[in-house]
Amino acid sequence: MKGLTGAYVPGGSPLHRLPAGVKLAGLAVCCTALLLLRPPAALAVAAVVVAALYAVSGVGVTAAWAQVRPVRWFALALFGVQLVVADLSGAVSSTLRVVLAIALAGLVTLTTRTADLMAFLERCLAPARFAGLDPYRLSLLLSLTLRSVPVVAELATRVREAQRARGVERSPRAFAVPLVVGALRHADALGEALAARGLDD
Amino acid sequence: MVLVWDRPVTDEQRPSRRRLPAGDIARVSVFAALIAVLGLPGTLNVFGDVVPITLQTLGVMLAGAILGTWRSALAVAVLLVLVAAGLPLLAGGRGGLGVFAGPSAGFLIGWLPGAALTGWIVERGGRAPGTMRMLAACLAGGVGVVYLCGIPVQALVTGLSLGKTALLSATFLPGDLIKAVLATVVARGTQRAYPDAIPAVHRERLRAGGR
Repeated sequence: MKGLTGAYVPGGSPLHRLPAGVKLAGLAVCCTALLLLRPPAALAVAAVVVAALYAVSGVGVTAAWAQVRPVRWFALALFGVQLVVADLSGAVSSTLRVVLAIALAGLVTLTTRTADLMAFLERCLAPARFAGLDPYRLSLLLSLTLRSVPVVAELATRVREAQRARGVERSPRAFAVPLVVGALRHADALGEALAARGLDD
Repeated sequence: MVLVWDRPVTDEQRPSRRRLPAGDIARVSVFAALIAVLGLPGTLNVFGDVVPITLQTLGVMLAGAILGTWRSALAVAVLLVLVAAGLPLLAGGRGGLGVFAGPSAGFLIGWLPGAALTGWIVERGGRAPGTMRMLAACLAGGVGVVYLCGIPVQALVTGLSLGKTALLSATFLPGDLIKAVLATVVARGTQRAYPDAIPAVHRERLRAGGR
């Protein structure tokens, strides 16, 4: 299904080759460091470092912009409010801090395959065994959810069509109730199918 | 009744089976997908893209009211894990680790206790949770807890004071109140059409069926 591939940009840069766990740990350290950096000059250096990292990764300007784009108005509003309540340097540093943290997180997303991140998460889930949770069931839960998204989306399209046929396009209730009931029916049939294939034995 | 044909059920197998049976895996994954799909029709932008108003919080409240406490929290957790892994499952096709570094991170994390509290209050209502109880559950879990988690994080990220952030967030309150009412109406309608959508009824049926 389109749109479920994530934002990964293929490439062979050193950032692409780093293991997912290392990148996530690095991201956590960098985001904490950003919160501690106060003077605008230090944040300007951080901005240069982030830009250099993007250049090294070679993901391209379009992909980079797509990561930061969703917060552009927010950054502008934050800058304006900070300019009023604080001063110029405060406004610059707090806006930069937010944008840089998002850009760094976006860089990890752009250079890491979804499958690699999922594999890393599954390894992290392994200790769940000691809490009585089966890591296999948890990873089944994740992949079953991915599979269910197109199924439920298809169900939503059918409900929309039925709604149009009934002439109740404007009623949110006439959309949501059949959708939720349909999703539940599908879920319970799926659960029985899994049980019938011996998942609970 | 459990029929085991060819192999004995060992002690290691028992706990995991009790904790996450096939029926729960199916319901949790389909509801996580439902919350994702409710983000598809597009977001109603009030404030640019700051904290988009979406139908996804409606999905969170519905998950709580229908799946019960821990299953709904698990459904939200599964969705957030997939989002963190880079899948564009949030409203407007957002996804990736960036959303957890952004100003609305706290609202997303707040979905977890929010769904759980909604489920907990509905579960206290037993086999026939009333409309007022459902509404209270959606308001407390889907609005109260989510704001309680979201506002401090937004204040921390933006460096604005708590009061100013709360004032900014208040613009979303009318939309969220409407969504809580809508969630109540939809959950009631669903439970009337499909009684198994009431957490207590579902649990009783599982117990009676021995599964």
